Amino acid sequence: MAQLYDRYSPIVYSVALRVLGDTAAAEDILQEVFLQLWRDPGLFDCSRGNLGAWLAVISRNRSIDALRKRKPETDPSEVLLSVEPDFAGEAERSQAMQKVRGVLNQMPPAQRSALEMAYFQGLTHTEIASKTGEPLGTVKTRIRSGLLALRKAFGT
Amino acid sequence: MSGHEQFAEDLALYALGTLSGEDRSALEKHLETCVSCRQELEHLRGDMALLALSTAGPKPPQRARERFLPAIADEPRGKSSITVTPQPKKARWVFVPWVAAAFMTVVAFWFWRQADRLSLRVADLQRQAAQQQAQLERAREVVQTLTATDAMRVTLVAANTPPQPQGKAIYVRDQGSLIFLANNLPQVPSQKAYELWLIPVSGAPIPAGVFKPDAQGSATVVNPPLPPGLQAKSFAITIEPEAGSATPTPPIVMTGAGE
Repeated sequence: MAQLYDRYSPIVYSVALRVLGDTAAAEDILQEVFLQLWRDPGLFDCSRGNLGAWLAVISRNRSIDALRKRKPETDPSEVLLSVEPDFAGEAERSQAMQKVRGVLNQMPPAQRSALEMAYFQGLTHTEIASKTGEPLGTVKTRIRSGLLALRKAFGT
Repeated sequence: MSGHEQFAEDLALYALGTLSGEDRSALEKHLETCVSCRQELEHLRGDMALLALSTAGPKPPQRARERFLPAIADEPRGKSSITVTPQPKKARWVFVPWVAAAFMTVVAFWFWRQADRLSLRVADLQRQAAQQQAQLERAREVVQTLTATDAMRVTLVAANTPPQPQGKAIYVRDQGSLIFLANNLPQVPSQKAYELWLIPVSGAPIPAGVFKPDAQGSATVVNPPLPPGLQAKSFAITIEPEAGSATPTPPIVMTGAGE
């Protein structure tokens, strides 16, 4: 477990820190996510691989819950995901990170902003639309196509 | 119509956990029966994981590690209220072998698949080898019979006809292979030999083997070096020095054209 912690704690922590903007709160999320995995390893379906990607999504979801001061909404065992890059190696992670940042930088600013508001602030499309004054449909499309642009860059 | 398109954008919001109300319940109902939308949801969560990578950089402080490791030592497993799959609770470090076992299973399965494929391939190669061996054996028998020095060679001719010198050339142009069999040949003077010539449709005659008849006047030439694809107009025999010549020396003692 210590090995898993050493390998994946940076990604779990950095997501939580980005969402919550507070190191103590991010450390709480980090502690919580790993303790939860420790108590119940069956939460992660290891036959589907890619523990790092799963932890990143769990950390983001839990951080959003904490940000919005609500009880955990999703059951981690139901969070199944499919993604190519393996987040295990630091070099791989760093390479993938550069690529993701490249895709974000090339996105139209309005799209990037909609995607980041939904992802890092947990805002609903209605909330984003009222902030930006854009139609609901446009916001929805931007969020989805933003996620698809990332997938396309990794060819999955 | 399954209506995947109508759910496409809601799926992204659902993955992000920002879909609520009727839209959410309609989508969850659809997901129960739609495999492709469930797969798309998994991909969208994968995309979310990629987006998480954009935050990579800040490392958790050492104090977080120092807080975590004692916490798991004090925290026996199995007390979680969110347990979905009951896990054995004998040892605290059970998780690591559990991951290792799953990994080993995948590796073992992979090896098993490889072994299975290899054994099929070996069986296939053995079958091919056996077929080639049988063909080779048959070819060897044919050549042995044709070229055996102790073979009895009988040329049947019209009754009461004195034996005539005869040669038979069997030539396969595409392979450049040639078998030549001769009977009743007169002996050649010492230091001389017969030489067989392939007369092409165009160009100079090509040497196709030097030979001397045995005591019975029989001789064979098997596969002299010939370029493949050469179209032969006829074959001819001359008498040449034992070492053979590059061009035929008249007179031609025997000749025959293809049928």
